[in-house]
Amino acid sequence: MNKKIICTQCPKGCVLTIDLQNNQIISITGNECPKGQDYANSEIKNPVRTFTSTVITQGLSLRMLPVKTDKPIPKQKLLEAINQVKKIRVCQPIKVNDIIAKNFLDLDVNLIATRNITS
Amino acid sequence: MIKKDLVIVGGGPAGMAAAICAYEQGVKDILLIERDQYLGGILNQCVHTGFGLDYFKQSLSGPEYAERFIAKIKTIPQIEISLQSFVVNLSSDKQLTYLKPGSLNQIQAKALIMATGCREKTREMINIPGTRPAGIFSAGLAQKLINIEGLLPGKKVIVVGSGDIGLIMARRFFLEGAEVKAVVEIQTKCQGLIRNQVQCIEDFNIPFFCSHKITKINGNKRVEKVSVVKVDGDFKPIKESQFDLECDTVLLAVGLIPENELIEMAGAKINKSTNAPVSEKLNKTTISGLFVCGNAYKVYDLVDTVCRDSETAGEQAAEYLKGIK
Repeated sequence: MNKKIICTQCPKGCVLTIDLQNNQIISITGNECPKGQDYANSEIKNPVRTFTSTVITQGLSLRMLPVKTDKPIPKQKLLEAINQVKKIRVCQPIKVNDIIAKNFLDLDVNLIATRNITS
Repeated sequence: MIKKDLVIVGGGPAGMAAAICAYEQGVKDILLIERDQYLGGILNQCVHTGFGLDYFKQSLSGPEYAERFIAKIKTIPQIEISLQSFVVNLSSDKQLTYLKPGSLNQIQAKALIMATGCREKTREMINIPGTRPAGIFSAGLAQKLINIEGLLPGKKVIVVGSGDIGLIMARRFFLEGAEVKAVVEIQTKCQGLIRNQVQCIEDFNIPFFCSHKITKINGNKRVEKVSVVKVDGDFKPIKESQFDLECDTVLLAVGLIPENELIEMAGAKINKSTNAPVSEKLNKTTISGLFVCGNAYKVYDLVDTVCRDSETAGEQAAEYLKGIK
């Protein structure tokens, strides 16, 4: 069967046609550069996204601390990620890149701060 | 009266990039005025990544992007920063009046750069009929409520407009547990970046209606439903296609308007249809030594381009100051 996806690696947005048989990629066409091949492979085998959200703070200069995963995580983990993030509270001053949750969801990624927050 | 060589109004990416560049070009007496409690502007509420691919060669979140500039500006003592400062008057000879908690200040600038950004278009500007219930927000305001204040403005959401902020907010509401009933776009296709179309809409199977528009907002105290209709090639409604969607929130992501009331007050000419300054050359206005940069000059797609063009404003102001000395 053929599956069509839009490549997101650059603003061009090539429409990639992936020939799939028994979940095995037979061919990828429609990409104008090699990035499209890698993207199609990753989208079929294990689509990943960088997760971003905000964490509630207590007693600090800002109410919400913006966070992201330092590496992309599997797409199907995004909802689990947001539920986990809602349980976290930050009570100490934070600097950009500080680790908020180590080995987040056991995915071998860290949840890190993307803003400085003072007391 | 206090005097300054260069005053910059607005501490978002445009104002900070202009200030740093003007300093590097030899201006050593700079005041940067910001109305909020911190620098960074709208970047602070854009917690998603994808900023800086061109300028920094990496994908940063909005606050991370802002932090790069804030960190740099704080190392330059010649750039004085005045936060919580709101400019209320600007005269043609570059005298500024601004309010700060507890004081009213006047300052005489030799050169001025306005980096005041945009405001969002409202329901009234796109003529959506109906009642006036609670639950109608501009997308940027909803973004601020969620990402800065930690408040979720609604549970069943319709997004009007498919520019990047509309798409980003559809995903944000979805991930926060709201039901995003539809993104409605009057044009024939999605208006935002392809990356956002895929990662904000398709990833979560959010219903997307292009060539559709909202014809009515219904609700007594709170939004209850909207009427949606398909439009033809001339954007005329095809009546028999009309249907209703239940919702409690309508987000408007229908474009931005440059904020230029201050330079208009000073006598600079404004294009009445775009609200951008009448300008012969990038960042220039009809008043010599008064520059406008960033989204106040024109609506940009990428913050990277804003920063580069705003650096040019810094150079232009430095050049102007050399000329009048």
